[in-house]
Amino acid sequence: MGLRDLTAAGQIAAVLAGETSSEELLDAHLAAIAADDVDAFLAVDAEGARARAREIDAMPERPPLAGVPIGIKDALSVRDVVTTAGSRMLEGFRPLYTATCVARLEAAGAVVVGKTNMDEFAMGSSTENSAFKNTLNPWDHGRVPGGSSGGSAAAVAERQVPWTLGSDTGGSIRQPAALCGIVGMKPTYGAVSRSGLIAFASSLDQVGPFARTVEDAALLLRHMVGRDPMDSTSLDWPGEIAAPTATDLSGMRVGVVDELMGDGIEPGVRAAVDAALGTIEELGGTVVPVSLPSALSGLATYYVLAPAECSANLARFDGVRYGPVAPAANLLDQYETTRGDLFGPEVKRRMMLGTFALASGYYDQYYGRAQRVRTLMVREFAQAFEKVDLLASPTSPTVAFPLGDRTADPYAMYMADVCTIPVSLAGLPAISIPCGLADGLPVGLQLAGPAFSENALLGAAHALEGALAFDTRPPGLVT
Amino acid sequence: MSAYEPVIGVEIHVQLSTRTKMFCGCELSFGDPPNTHTCPVCLAHPGVLPVVNEEAVRRALLIGLALGCEIAPRSIFHRKNYFYPDLPKAYQISQFDIPICGRGEFRALREDGSELLVGITRAHLEEDAAKLTHAGGRRAGAAESVVDFNRGGTPLVEIVTEPDLRSPSDVALFLRQLRQTLLFLGVSDCSMEEGSMRADANVSIRPVGSHEYGTKTELKNMNSFRFLERGIEAEIARQEEIVGAGGRVSQETVHYEPDTGHITSLRSKEESHDYRYFPEPDLVPIAPDPAWVEELRAGLPELPLPLRRRMVGEMGLSAEDAEVLTEGPELVVYFLEAAALADPKACANWIRGELRAQLREAGVEPWQSKVTPAHVAALVGLLDAGTVTVPAAKEVMAEVIVSGEDPADVVESKGLGAMDEGDLAAVVAEIVAANPDQAQQLRDGKNKVIGFFVGQTMKRTGGRADPQSVQRLVREAVRGD
Ligand SMILES: [Zn+2]
Repeated sequence: MGLRDLTAAGQIAAVLAGETSSEELLDAHLAAIAADDVDAFLAVDAEGARARAREIDAMPERPPLAGVPIGIKDALSVRDVVTTAGSRMLEGFRPLYTATCVARLEAAGAVVVGKTNMDEFAMGSSTENSAFKNTLNPWDHGRVPGGSSGGSAAAVAERQVPWTLGSDTGGSIRQPAALCGIVGMKPTYGAVSRSGLIAFASSLDQVGPFARTVEDAALLLRHMVGRDPMDSTSLDWPGEIAAPTATDLSGMRVGVVDELMGDGIEPGVRAAVDAALGTIEELGGTVVPVSLPSALSGLATYYVLAPAECSANLARFDGVRYGPVAPAANLLDQYETTRGDLFGPEVKRRMMLGTFALASGYYDQYYGRAQRVRTLMVREFAQAFEKVDLLASPTSPTVAFPLGDRTADPYAMYMADVCTIPVSLAGLPAISIPCGLADGLPVGLQLAGPAFSENALLGAAHALEGALAFDTRPPGLVT
Repeated sequence: MSAYEPVIGVEIHVQLSTRTKMFCGCELSFGDPPNTHTCPVCLAHPGVLPVVNEEAVRRALLIGLALGCEIAPRSIFHRKNYFYPDLPKAYQISQFDIPICGRGEFRALREDGSELLVGITRAHLEEDAAKLTHAGGRRAGAAESVVDFNRGGTPLVEIVTEPDLRSPSDVALFLRQLRQTLLFLGVSDCSMEEGSMRADANVSIRPVGSHEYGTKTELKNMNSFRFLERGIEAEIARQEEIVGAGGRVSQETVHYEPDTGHITSLRSKEESHDYRYFPEPDLVPIAPDPAWVEELRAGLPELPLPLRRRMVGEMGLSAEDAEVLTEGPELVVYFLEAAALADPKACANWIRGELRAQLREAGVEPWQSKVTPAHVAALVGLLDAGTVTVPAAKEVMAEVIVSGEDPADVVESKGLGAMDEGDLAAVVAEIVAANPDQAQQLRDGKNKVIGFFVGQTMKRTGGRADPQSVQRLVREAVRGD
C-alpha cells in the first residue's frame, strides 16, 4: 500500500509515528498530480507547498493536520496563488488574501498543493463550464466528474490528494462526490465562513470537504467551522465536530423523501439506494416514507434565486480594478466587451435570468415568489425533522453522464441537482456517501439532517460506510 | 402674490465621521493621496464580504432618536444595482423598504419666533461611492476619468423629509438648523463645501388652495445653503412660467448654475435606471438591543431648539444671544460650563463680546484658547464683587489669553484691582485742586466737563478706578471746594 492509499487520518498517523514526513507525502502526491490524466488541477503551487511541508516537518510538535496535502477548489482565494474560479475573467489573478476556511486549515497544518478545476463561477454540474479545460471522471474517462467542484472530487477519487475543499450552492460538492465515488459534505449554512469564497449565490454558498472516508471529512470540517468576524452570516459552532465512531443505527429514524424517489431517478441509482436503505434497517435504523411537497418546486425556486444573486455578485467583474480587460473606446464599450468576451455562456445565461427576475415589475412574480417557496420549504423540512432524525435520497438522479451529453441542454444539466437543491434552499447540512455501483459507475446516497446536526450525520454516514464497504478505488488506478 | 404654492421635500446625505468605513476596516481620510485607504473589501475583490460598522449604526440611531424617528427593531440592507466606475461592486449597499429609522419630525425656529415643523419620512444607512475626476471637469466626452477609492465605502445616513416645506427660505432655515442638530450629536462634520453634507430638493408647484401634488423635479447636489435656496427659487420660477404658459412640468433631474442663475436638465427620469433592489444576502438584519437604544436616547445631548428656549427662559439671555451661542456644539458647551459658575447673562456678554473680539485676530475660537470657561466665570465674579473695573477686566482677559493664568492671579500680579474709595477720593481731590478753571465750569452747570475729570482720573489710576465712582467723587470734591 502506497502513501497515497492511506486516508488523510492514516497519513497523519504515519507522520506522527515518524514513518513518513510531510515532504515525502507531498512528493508522492505531486508525482500523481504530474501524471494526472483526469485534469483535476488548474494550478499547482509546488514551491509554496514544499516550503510549508518542510516548515511543518521542522516543528518539534506537529500541528493536528501534520502537513498532509490538500487541494482547494479554485473558487477559494489563496493569497498569491492564481485563483480564477474557472473563468477567463480572472485569468492570472493572484488574490491579496486567503479565504478564512483555507487559512484555518493551513494554521492546523494542512499543506495547500494547488487549485482544482471547476465550472466557471461554480455554475454547472459537470465541470464542462470551466473556461480552461474539462476534468474527466476517474471511473470512466469518457464521462464527467460532476460539478461544479469536479476537479476537487476527481483529485480525491484519483488519490492525487487525500482530501480537498469544494463549495456547494445547489449540490456542487454532493453531486460530484456521488459521481466520483467519494464522500462530500455540505455543512449547515453559516457553519463555515464564506470570506474568500468567490460568490455565486451568497445565501446558498457553503464550503465543505471531499474525502474518501467519512472520518477524513469530519476531521477536515472540524478545523473549518466557527464564526468568522469577516463573514456576518457565519455562526458560532456549538461544541466540536467529533471523530465519527458509530457502527450501528439503532433507534435512528430515517425518512425517505417520496418526491425525490420518483420517475426521474435512473433504475440503477434507485436499486443502489434501495439496497442502502436495506442496510440502514440491518443496522437497526427505521426507514419511513416522508413527504416534502415543495421539494418538486426546488429546481424552479433555485433557478430564480441563485441567478438573481449571481447577477449582482458577478457585476463587479468589469476589468476596471483587476483581471484582464478588453480594449475599448469608452466606458460602456469596456464593460460590454470585457464582460461579453470573458464570461462563458452559462454564466451569461444565469446573469440574464437573474437580472430579469429582479427587474421592476417582475420582482414579486419571480424573486418574491421564490423567496416565499423557500420559506415554505424550510417549514416542510422542519416538520419532517419532527418525525425523523435524518432524510435519505439519491444524491444525483443519474450516474456520471458522458462528456458533452448535456452541454447543449441546460435544463437536462440543471436536473442533475434536483435532489440536492431542496436541502440547500433550507440551509441544512447534508452528506453524500458512495453506496454502490450502477453499470460500474458510483452511486451516491444523500443523508440530510436539521441545522447543526453534522455530528449525527457524520456518525450515521460512518456506520453506513462501514456496512456498505464501498471500494473507492476507480478501476485501473495505479498508486 | 403668486397663484402657485411651492411644495418642497429634501433628501440630505450626511457622511458620518466614524474612524473607519461602513463595511471594512479602512480609515476615513480627507485630502490623503488617492487610493491609499483601500482594501480588498472596498475595492470589491473576489470573495470579500461586507461587515457592518457598529459605530455607524450607533450614529444612525442617534440621528433617528434626535429626529424623533421610530427606530426599527429589525432593519435590513438591500443591494442597489448599477454599473459605474465609482461603485466597485456595481451595487451600493443601502436600505430600501425597512430602514433603520422610520417616521419622525423636526422643529425649526424662524426668526419671528414661529415654528417650522418638518415631517421626517425616514433616515437610513448606506455607503458612499468613490470619487471620480473627469479630465476637463466634464463627465460627458471626457478623454479620461480617474477614480479615487478613498471615499468609497464612507458611511452615509440619508435623511428624507416629507414634502412639508413651502418656501426656499424655509428650506434653508430647516437645513441650517438640522445641520446644527447633527453637529450637536457629533455624528458628522456636516461640511457642505467638502461634501460631507449634501442636499437634494424635490420641487413642485400647485395652485394655491389645491391639495394635490404637481409633478416634481429633483434639484441635485447643491454645495451651499445659499445656492440651494437660490436654486429652488429659480426652479419655482421656471415651473411657474411653464405652467403659467399652459405647459406641463416634466419629471426630471435639474441642476442650478450659480454663475448664470439658470436651471439645466441633467437627465430625464423616464430613462432612469431600474436598480433591481433585493435584500443583501451577505448581511444579517440590524436588530439593536432595545436597552442600547434607550441608553442612547437617555444620553442624547440637549438639542439646539430646547436649549435655546432654556437660555432665553431660564437664563435671561436675549434670543440673539441664544442664536449666536448655539451656532456650534463647542461654543455651547463652553458657554454652559461658564454659565454654571457665574451669572449666565454676563458670561454670554463676555464670551460673545470681548472674548471673541480679542481672539479674532489670532483666528482662535474660545474653546481653542487658553481661556477656560472657568476663567470667564471667575472674571465675571471679580466684576460682580467690584474687585475689578470693566476696563481692567478687559486687560485681565488679554493677559489670560496670553498666559492662561487665573484671572485673580493676574489682577494681583499686575496690580489691576479696583482702588479703594479713600485712595480714589484723594486722587480726585488732587486733580480738582490742580484744575480750578474746569472745577468752576462744573459748578456753573457745564456738566460736560465731568468727562475731563473722569479721563484725568482714569489716566492717573491706570484704569483701576470705576468710572461711576469717579463721577460721584468729582461732584463731591467740586461741591466741597
Ligand atoms: Zn477598505
